[in-house]
Amino acid sequence: MSLAFDPARWWPAPLLPRSDGRDLALFFVVAALSLLAGCAAVAGLVGERAAKGWRAELSGSATIVVRAQGAESPDEAAARAAEAVSGVRGVAEARALGAAKADALLAPWIGARALPADLPIPRLVTVELDPKAPASGADLQAALNARGLDATVDDHSRWTAQIMGAGALIRGVALSLFVLILAVLGAVIAFATRQGLAARRDLVEALHLAGATDAFIARLFQARFARCAAEASLVGAVLAIAAAAALRLAAHPGALALPPIAWRDLAAPAPFPILGALVAAVTARLTAMKALERRP
Amino acid sequence: MRYGREPEVLRDLTFDLGHGSFHFLTGPSGSGKSTLLKLIYLAERASRGRIELFGQDLARLRRRDHPRMRRRIGVVFQEFRLLDHLSVFDNAALSPRIAGKKPASYRADVADLLAWVGLGERMHAMAPALSGGEKQRLAIARAVINRPDILLADEPTGNVDEAMGLRILRLFLELNRVGTTVLIASHDTELVGRSGKPALHLENGRLAPGPALVSELAR
Repeated sequence: MSLAFDPARWWPAPLLPRSDGRDLALFFVVAALSLLAGCAAVAGLVGERAAKGWRAELSGSATIVVRAQGAESPDEAAARAAEAVSGVRGVAEARALGAAKADALLAPWIGARALPADLPIPRLVTVELDPKAPASGADLQAALNARGLDATVDDHSRWTAQIMGAGALIRGVALSLFVLILAVLGAVIAFATRQGLAARRDLVEALHLAGATDAFIARLFQARFARCAAEASLVGAVLAIAAAAALRLAAHPGALALPPIAWRDLAAPAPFPILGALVAAVTARLTAMKALERRP
Repeated sequence: MRYGREPEVLRDLTFDLGHGSFHFLTGPSGSGKSTLLKLIYLAERASRGRIELFGQDLARLRRRDHPRMRRRIGVVFQEFRLLDHLSVFDNAALSPRIAGKKPASYRADVADLLAWVGLGERMHAMAPALSGGEKQRLAIARAVINRPDILLADEPTGNVDEAMGLRILRLFLELNRVGTTVLIASHDTELVGRSGKPALHLENGRLAPGPALVSELAR
């Protein structure tokens, strides 16, 4: 008996050959898909957070345009409007902007010093709303009407809806990309499984004739591709995390203007190795079983 | 039995292999020996007729029942069909592994069997590194490791010299002695004669009277 081989310490070798040239190409494709999926997941989270942030900024304030009536000066009307809405529940602070600020807002359109001093330019009142229970535009308008003020409330609801729509769109696109990438991963694994079965036809036949069930053979391919997908997805996920971290570090004030990437967003690609392995295992299993059932 | 629209390869065959019997299957190349074996080990399905194995009609056997049936059959293929990426030990251990047995339960059996077929010093070698005779003996070891009820061998001495052929024949006779039914396809009439065992002779896909055989082992 050979001194180099001890049957008592023998353990079964993999029934599918360890090295296979096709696995490297598959590894690269799955890693690239995982990288793209990771970027999509991070982008989806960042887009969602940006939309929420912008909405919070807009919905936390309102602007009132006040037009003077009768003998009342614009500044007096603005002061009265600020006082009127200050008492409304859900308003944290109301502040009337002076004539200088109103002129500054109009300057880009009609130029500086072009306005007569006695022109009744509408004044603006900025209102900071209670973030926990903000007053609605209708509440503010009612308070102004009750004081007999000619004023219009802009609670930014039009912009808020558009921003939320944009946020939902970003989330939807990211989710669609994610699902598409998973579908592509499944298709790639199915193709690779069929190729593997064809390339290992002799092995499959030998196993069948030795009494192997279809499930036994399918498990070999399932395990092989699940492991390959897990390793490749891990590489892709690490690259996605590294890319997101680099953008996070580059996004300090004065540098790149990027949406807010939070450190916790970097965890989004972390489950991909498990998810990739799961998709690969299920796809390889179903594909192999279907192909094997067609054999005599 | 026919392949596609080709003429029938086997026809009008009626024979019975008793439990624990030993038969040769002889005949010239193309007479249908390999096809008959394939029908028995479920690699082919008969286009007509009835083949009964272990009391079951193979034509009515469901595909999902094939593995259970195949585990009762040991096959030595003419071209060996060893798995080149596996060692001698792994190749020999294939059947119990497929049957779901734990390695600890068959390690010793595999080692003993490999020693018995003269491969005790080659357990660690990879299959492609073996000589023709060694591959033949490994194929036999793989076929019998699970103690099959029937052993089918297709030209098992076709790739070995006369001495090795006799050694393999003695191995089959030994297996038969412990109760395994044996059917060996061979065109080596001298070897068949030496064994003293009956032969089913095929000519053009039909059973035919075989040439007179002389039994040396029986004498």
